[in-house]
Parts: sequence; structure tokens; C-alpha cells
Amino acid sequence: MIPSAVPPKFKVEIDREKCMLCGRCVEECSWGVYRKERDRIVIYSNRCGACQRCVVMCPRDAITVIENTTCWRSHPLWTIEVREDIINQSKTGRVLLSATGNAKEYPIYFDHIVLDACQVTNPPIDPLREPMELRTYIGKKPKKLEFEFVEEEVEGKKIKRAKLKTKIAPNLKLETPIMIAHMSYGALSLNAHLAMAKAVKECGTYMGSGEGGLHRALYPYADHIITQVASGRFGVDVDYLNIGAAIEIKIGQGAKPGIGGHLPGEKVTAEVSMTRMIPEGTDAISPAPHHDIYSIEDLAQLVRSLKEATRWKKPVFVKIAAVHNVAAIANGIATSDADAVVIDGFRGGTGAAPKVFRDHVGIPIEIAIAAVDERLREEGVRNEISIIASGGIRSSADVFKAIALGADAVYIGTAVLIALGCRVCGRCYTGQCAWGIATQKPELVNRLDVEEGARRVANLIKAWTLELKELLGAAGINAIESLRGNRDRLRGVGLNEVELKALGIKHAGF
Amino acid sequence: MCGIIGFISRKKRMIKGDKIAIALDSLKERGNGQGSGYVGYGIYPDYADCYALHVFLRNTPTYHKIIDRVKSILGLYGVVVKDEEIPVKEGVLKKEFIPWRFFYRFHDSYRDMENDLMVNIVMEINDKVDGAFVFSSGKNLGVFKATGWPMEVAEFYRLEEYEGYMWLGHARYPTNTRGWWGGAHPFNILNWSVVHNGEITSYGTNKRYVESFGYKCRMYTDTEVVAYIFDLLIRKHRLPVEYALSAMAPKFWDEIDRMEEEERRIHEAIRITYGPAALNGPFAIIVGTHEGMVFMNGEIEENNTLIGLTDRVKLRPLVAAEKDDLVFVSSEEAAIRRICPDLDKVEMPDAGTPIIVRLE
Ligand code: SF4
Ligand code: SF4
Repeated sequence: MIPSAVPPKFKVEIDREKCMLCGRCVEECSWGVYRKERDRIVIYSNRCGACQRCVVMCPRDAITVIENTTCWRSHPLWTIEVREDIINQSKTGRVLLSATGNAKEYPIYFDHIVLDACQVTNPPIDPLREPMELRTYIGKKPKKLEFEFVEEEVEGKKIKRAKLKTKIAPNLKLETPIMIAHMSYGALSLNAHLAMAKAVKECGTYMGSGEGGLHRALYPYADHIITQVASGRFGVDVDYLNIGAAIEIKIGQGAKPGIGGHLPGEKVTAEVSMTRMIPEGTDAISPAPHHDIYSIEDLAQLVRSLKEATRWKKPVFVKIAAVHNVAAIANGIATSDADAVVIDGFRGGTGAAPKVFRDHVGIPIEIAIAAVDERLREEGVRNEISIIASGGIRSSADVFKAIALGADAVYIGTAVLIALGCRVCGRCYTGQCAWGIATQKPELVNRLDVEEGARRVANLIKAWTLELKELLGAAGINAIESLRGNRDRLRGVGLNEVELKALGIKHAGF
Repeated sequence: MCGIIGFISRKKRMIKGDKIAIALDSLKERGNGQGSGYVGYGIYPDYADCYALHVFLRNTPTYHKIIDRVKSILGLYGVVVKDEEIPVKEGVLKKEFIPWRFFYRFHDSYRDMENDLMVNIVMEINDKVDGAFVFSSGKNLGVFKATGWPMEVAEFYRLEEYEGYMWLGHARYPTNTRGWWGGAHPFNILNWSVVHNGEITSYGTNKRYVESFGYKCRMYTDTEVVAYIFDLLIRKHRLPVEYALSAMAPKFWDEIDRMEEEERRIHEAIRITYGPAALNGPFAIIVGTHEGMVFMNGEIEENNTLIGLTDRVKLRPLVAAEKDDLVFVSSEEAAIRRICPDLDKVEMPDAGTPIIVRLE
């Protein structure tokens, strides 16, 4: 036998002085790190993913989880990660699974972009004293407005009046340009979904249903939910299409462009099976392509079919992964009846993706936004379709930068999960999430308090919204539409000329 | 911060250009001598049906080559009726550029689209002809601007020799871009002329918006874009003037939400459709307009009018005053009183509420 275990990533330690043997950690750890043996807690560090549930729950603060320092001979090419992956794959013969976003050290452009503020020549605006408008409309806009003049009789006098002739297609009205990304029920627990739904309703924004259909319990919030149609078509029927605020066709996902999805059978419980409309316990597999979309005109047809099915009352979005020719694809989408294009950058989160895809396929969202916005402007259609950006947006500053680069609004996913308790341990695909987020196990799901979760998610959105207002005020802008595509208010720091060109911004100092 | 003033005679009475210079001179405090300029409407009655192109030519011994290149572009669509150096008083300013004017008429076959073509010609010259900048392209009007104090610029261009029924003036204190002749106000395209006090914080958004309609911002300053937005919204899209101005200084959502249904729908549509045309940041502008503007009540204005507008929270001053047939708009009452001490009426328009003065 060739021993194939690799050293555990983390080392769990219990301060035996402090420990009172309450057994809480044994109960809380869904990964089986702890076992109680008479008057001692036995630790299996190799099972630990540093989700910190035990650390947080231990009444005596007795637990520390540290990075395991077992030494590998260092080598610049044969990194620890590479060696571990090879050992694992030679054992299993399988594709390596992973979760959350791209974990490689590609540049994070958001962190190389700085913002502008007013000094002297024009006054900053104080959001506490002046109105600061973040309201955003997502959907098709006309290129221009047309008026007609009608003669009316008012008190015996004939007067002409301008009346609006142009009909505006239905748009989503957002009170803040932050929406919650599509994360399916099935991948996430019902409690997680409910918490997010309550939060978006409170904040005047929207969440995505994800591709797993919509649980009945979410129906009361449906006017704040964008229902997703992905290649698996889970849970899609005419009610599902009509109940939401908008529909999103998912072509691809930033974490795994070019492949479909896979929800393991263990997560397909009775409830999930009903919502997804598939048999209980079977794997839910979304194929890589939509089997009715093999070209752009097929997509245009699907957009139109969905519009017809909803009597042209619902905006239809199309989500694509940010890949090399994202601009051209987005342009194709813009010329269909679609109302918005969603671009998901390569740092987009996921519950489960082959590691090789997560870490190597796709391009950064910052550059994708810049490229799409620029291309749509060249084609003269930018203002007619909305751009929603997602994938690795971590703070209000990222939101601000994304909008200044050219997005109308953003989707946030991982940040919302963190608000719900997630510690980004990256094992969502196992269905064991100790925080009750990425799991269907009732005892785990029950750990997530819906009301409290809703409050925390709403807090997060509100806090970012406040910060956006402050940043806008400092930039001397009092309406978000004056920030959109306003790359003049951004500067790059430490970027080379090619990167600056791709982002369409100047370097600091110019 | 800059000083701005404009006046118009509602009876189309002709007034000499030195008047506006005297008024502007009292706004020296708001400038720093790095740019002053004027525009007079009605100053070329002998060439009233020609486009009067004022062009800065880089002052080099071979500037005639630049003229030839400009002429070769103009020659494609019409004839240059006359061209000459704009008369100047030598020795007043350092002549960075030679100001030249072309009186130009389109061939008959282009008559229906001459305004659109003229916009394209201006964009093409500014973009492609090295050393030439068109800074005035309307009919029967002319912009005169340079780096210098208000009085110097007026003297340089011999403003007292022109008569017009509407004049705008601007004393610049450059903040966002270096002072150069082309960066002085007014900015003009066709019959639109804009003088502007303030800084447009939405410039990047506005610029990219108008560029997607073929305008090219080459003057490196934010006021240029205002002129293009006026042209786009009012002339090309034919929005009723009141609504176009509301697109530029939008009503707050709070106000819109409280409006009655039809009005609410209109203002919502304006903000949704023309969001990128909204001018943000502190500004007060005075605009000389293009004829043919449509008003909310269906009236079409055949003449040039004067519009004054501030941003929606009024972070820059603007006062309006009247005396007989004259209406004045300025950043300071003092400037108005300098040329017309005894006024019938003085008022301060509300934030975002336009002043529109039409001819009788
Ligand atoms: S939760 Fe803390 S105190 Fe309780 S058994 Fe575990 S380590 Fe000991
Ligand atoms: S949601 Fe996923 S990454 Fe977050 S704690 Fe649960 S299993 Fe870990």
C-alpha cells in the first residue's frame, strides 16, 4: 500500500485547562472533528476545514484552530497545493471539487483602483443634509423619448400639451444598486433563502432564486425575486416564470464557465425534489449548454419565448460568465429582447465547481465590465440595456468601482453568506455546512435563525448603501446615474499601461 | 468658480459688444486671467444664412497649410463664401493661435441635413486636422475667446465693432484643466453657446454618453459636453425644452413620487432614459439657444433665446434681472448693475428651475 494521506491543513487544539467537557464542540461540528471519550475530547484535525463553528460556540473559548505548520520541502514550482492535488487525484482518479471563488493569486483590480473626492473647486455633498439618490432601474430603456402634442380644453380655453408617446418597458426598481446573486435552493438551505428574501424586501432590492426553482415558502416574497432558468430547467413552469419580478436565463457562471452544475443526490431531499421537480435522492445535473441554445439566435428565441410566456410583463436577464470575448457576447445579447446582461467574473462564488475550472477559466470582473460597457457604447446601445456585475464584490468600494467602470448594479453572493455566518471554509458541496447555510440536514438548517439572518443581511446591504452615499457625496455626485460609467472618477495605482487601457482609466497622477 | 453673464433684448435691439465686456470686467474677482470669452448673436447680418466658423489655427509660419486642410473638408459639402483672419488688435495678447473665420454655405443637396453635417464637420476638423480647433459654428453669431482678462480679450477681438441682440460672457478661473484658448468659454456648437460656472462631476458619464451619439469631446473641459447635450436632447431628439432641462437638472425621486400620475410617468421616463445626460455637481449655466426648440405647449421657437439653469441643489449662484426689453442673467447682480444700474426687477431662480427668455 502507498500511504496517501496528506498532512491536515489545520490543527485543532483544545486548551485542556479551560475545557469543561460540555461536549458542545462534538455536537456543533458537523464534520466529525470531535469525539468524546470518557473525560477527554479526541480531535481529528484532518477533518477540519476551519469553519470556526466550534471556536465560536465553545462556552470556554478553549478551541484554537491554526494553520498546520507541518513542513513540506519548499519548491517554487511544485507548490504544496500542486503536490496535494496530485496525491489526491492519483488516489481517486476523479475531478477535484472545490467551492467559493477562484483561489489563485491573480491581480485583484478593485484593489488597484482608487476613488476621487472633491476639494475646494467644487463642494462635496453631505448625504446627511442633501438628498442622495441611489435608485436604479434595471431593464430596457428607449434610445430617446418621443412626445406628441394633444389639444385639450381647460376652462374653455384650448391648450396644447406634450404627452409622452414612448412606452417604457417594465423595469425593476432598485432602491440601492445591490442585489443578491442567484444561489439555488438545494445548494442553500430554505432558511438561508428565507432570510435573504426578507432582507431584499426590506431593502427595496431583489434576490436571485438560483436555478433550483422556488420553494412555496418564498412565494410571499416573489415580487422581490428574480427567477432563474438554467440548462437543467429545474422547477420551471409557467407559474414560476410569472410569479417573480424578472426572469434570468443562466448561460454560464463565473466560477465554472463552460460547464453545467451538479447537485449531489444527498442534497435532493423531499422538499428540494418537489421544488426542483425531480425525483428525490437523484443527482440534479444541469448540462453544460442549454439543449435548445446552440447559437445566439437560439438565445434570442428563448428570451422571446419567456417574454411571451409572461405577456411581456417581466424583464428578462441573461447571465454569462466573463470569458475572453465577453464583450461580443454581451453585444449579441443586447441586440436581442433581453433587458439586462449579467456578467459573472472569474472570482464568482460557487457551492461546487471542479477546481481546475474555478482557478483557471474566465477573466476578472473589473476588466469584463469595462470591456462590455465600452463595446455596448461603441455599438450605441449601452443605455438601452442594463449591465449587472457579479463575482467577487466584497465591499461598498467594490460596488462603487464596478458602477464607475460601467455597471448599473451588482449581485453579491459570498458576502451575503458571510453575513449569515459562513466563514468561507469552501466545503459547501459536501452538504455538511455547520452554519446551516449550504446544507439540507434539518438539524443543521435549524441552526440558522431566519429572522436574525434576515436582519444581518439587511444590515449589510444598508451599511454598504450608506457608504455608497458617503462616497458619492464626497465625489460631489448626488444621483447614482451620474456615477455610471464615470471612469474619470477612478485612477489606477500600480497598473501597467495595458491594464489601464483594458480598464479605460488613467493612472494616478494624470 | 467663474463669473458668467448674459443678456438679451426681447425686441432684438442691437447692442454693442463692449457692454458685455464692461459687465464681465466687474466679475474679474471670479476669474484669474486664464480665459475670458464672449458670444454675440446677430453680429453677422451680411452673412446671416451662412455658417460662421471661427477656428483657432496653431500659430506657426505654415498655418496656411492648416487652412487648406480645413477648406478641403468644407469643400466636400459646400462652398466657403469668404474667409479671413478675425480682426484683432495686435499686441494686446500673446497670439498663441490665429483666429480665423469661414463663412460657409452647404450645397443645396445637403440642405435638409446641414445641421447634422455641420456637427460632423466640426467633429472631424477638431479630431483630424492637427492645429485647428473650431470654436464657433453657428449662423449669424460668433464666439470670441482667448487666454486673458475680460477687458484684454474684448480689446483683442475689437468687440466694440460688433452689434448683437444677445451676448454671453465668461471670466474663467480654471480648475479642472489648464487654461488654453480652446478651454475658455463660451462653448459653442451650431447655434448653441454655453457659459458655465462650476464643475460637472458627472463629466465622465456625460462625455461617454454624447460620444456614443457621435459627438467628440476634444476641448478637455466639461462645459463642451453641456453644449452637446443641449444639441442632442433639444435639436436631435426634439424633447420639449422644459423636459430637456429637467433631464439635465433632474427632479428628485421624492418629488417625482409625489407627482400626479401622468406627470410622474413623464419624469420617471426622463430620468430612466436620460440619466446619463443629467448634469451633476455644482453649476450655473447660461445658454444661447438654437432656433426651432419645441416647448411643452407645442410652440416652436423660431429665434435664438436665452436660458439660465442651475444644478438641482443650486450650489452656484444665478440671478435674473429685467429692464424694459432687456433681460439679464448673471452669477452676480453687481455685474448687471454695472451696465444697467436701474433695474425693473431682480430675482433668484429656484434650484433647478430654468429661466427661459424668448423674443417678442
Ligand atoms: S465546546 Fe469547548 S468546553 Fe465544550 S467540550 Fe468542546 S472544547 Fe471543551
Ligand atoms: S456556506 Fe460553505 S463555505 Fe460557508 S461555512 Fe458553509 S460550507 Fe463553509
